[in-house]
Amino acid sequence: MYGFLGDLDLAEEATQDAFLVAAERWPDDGMPRNPFNWLVTTARRRAIDRYRRDRVLSEKVRLMEIPEATEDQLEPDAFPDERLELLFTCCHPALSMEAQVALTLRTLGGLTTADVARAFLVPEPTMAQRIVRAKKKVREARIPFRVPPDHLLPERVAAVLAVIYLIFNQGYGGNDQLSDDALRLGVALSELMPDEPEVHGLRALMLLHEARRSSRFREGEIVLLADQDPSLWDADQIAAGRDALDRALALHGGGPYVIQASIASLHADSPRDWPQIAALYAELSKLTGSPVVELNRAVAVAEASGPRAGLAVLDEIQLDGYLYLHSTRAELQRRLGRIDEARASYQRALELASEEAERSLLIRRVDELD
Amino acid sequence: MKYLMLIYQGSTPLPGTPEWDALSEEEKGRVYKGYQELNQTEGLTPGEQMQPPDMATTVRVEGHQVLTTDGPFPETKEAVGGYCFLEADDLDAAIALAAKIPAASMGGAVEVRPMVSTDRS
Repeated sequence: MYGFLGDLDLAEEATQDAFLVAAERWPDDGMPRNPFNWLVTTARRRAIDRYRRDRVLSEKVRLMEIPEATEDQLEPDAFPDERLELLFTCCHPALSMEAQVALTLRTLGGLTTADVARAFLVPEPTMAQRIVRAKKKVREARIPFRVPPDHLLPERVAAVLAVIYLIFNQGYGGNDQLSDDALRLGVALSELMPDEPEVHGLRALMLLHEARRSSRFREGEIVLLADQDPSLWDADQIAAGRDALDRALALHGGGPYVIQASIASLHADSPRDWPQIAALYAELSKLTGSPVVELNRAVAVAEASGPRAGLAVLDEIQLDGYLYLHSTRAELQRRLGRIDEARASYQRALELASEEAERSLLIRRVDELD
Repeated sequence: MKYLMLIYQGSTPLPGTPEWDALSEEEKGRVYKGYQELNQTEGLTPGEQMQPPDMATTVRVEGHQVLTTDGPFPETKEAVGGYCFLEADDLDAAIALAAKIPAASMGGAVEVRPMVSTDRS
């Protein structure tokens, strides 16, 4: 309906109307042979009626020739699934990231405005405003409703994946529902774009992360990856994640999500192939230039080649305001027996820690030094 | 759909400045060619040329007093330098054109503003 009307609100109203009419008439008239087509045709006719009644026509309403709704004329696949077009519209770079996330969850995730507000810890009226403004921007600036042309596709697919991954990460800290929403969006996207390796890569990454959910906290305390209990991991999700990764690799995927998924897959092995993990982080570092990736590489290098090698990587990283840089340095210093330096590094990390779970982990580590 | 392109020069080297003179002949040629091609783009209505921002006067009224300031409203380096209109199918088409405006790649920016539709039928 959005594709027909170019207006998300109007599409929503017209569709709801059609459902109401169906609910009234079908019990008496009997269900039409192709209910979906009937609903869409009815929704379109009611939308046109509304336009005529209001005497406001958008500059270029893309009107189709609407046949009288006799189902015999309509083929079973007369109306295409427009979810992919909708996803790209919601994730258009002309919208702010917050707006992209809110619109995606609202229109494709099926969440209510209240749900989305709660998920992002924002008052409901604020979220409602955000969504209203975003829809208005789509309409007034005429963001096109389509899968982008080939030359724009790589950056636009990356934008969609970033939104889905952001939603997933928002749920990582405890909101299961949000992670589920992201996983569902990931599945839908991989069905709609089966030939895009990064799409399968992201799905693999999310599944492999999700599989470890139960082992990440123990009695409110953070459990680091190295200490997690593998028996708490969801074997089915790990298998599904690895299947998705295989699909991505079969499509010659080598982008950031595929690499991250490969790393996550290696982490689920015992014992871990640390040299291979370190090599993959090096790949990822080249692609992204991210100092946080370098930090992860330092950890892997330390596991593969010893704490001195890890510290050498750390010394090159500019991330002084990041507590995990200092906590990692502390751990490597501890392994080398440099206890006073380790204590100082943990103190620095504590200065930067604000969450209770983080603080108690760091305090525990300082205590263990003595 | 009609869009207004507001061209902000930012730190773009402008003719008459040492920064412009420092550009190679080839670079200068590319700028001229860029604006020339723009003016020949279908759907584009070139704007008229305005004097640079430091020739502007900003007017505000407080109570009954008309206050004037020498110069543009925002910082000089953030002021509008030029404009044009574009008739395009959608925002992606407008963005593609905005990206071709030389200022966008030389230290400035282009704002793409949709016009309010005056269609009433």
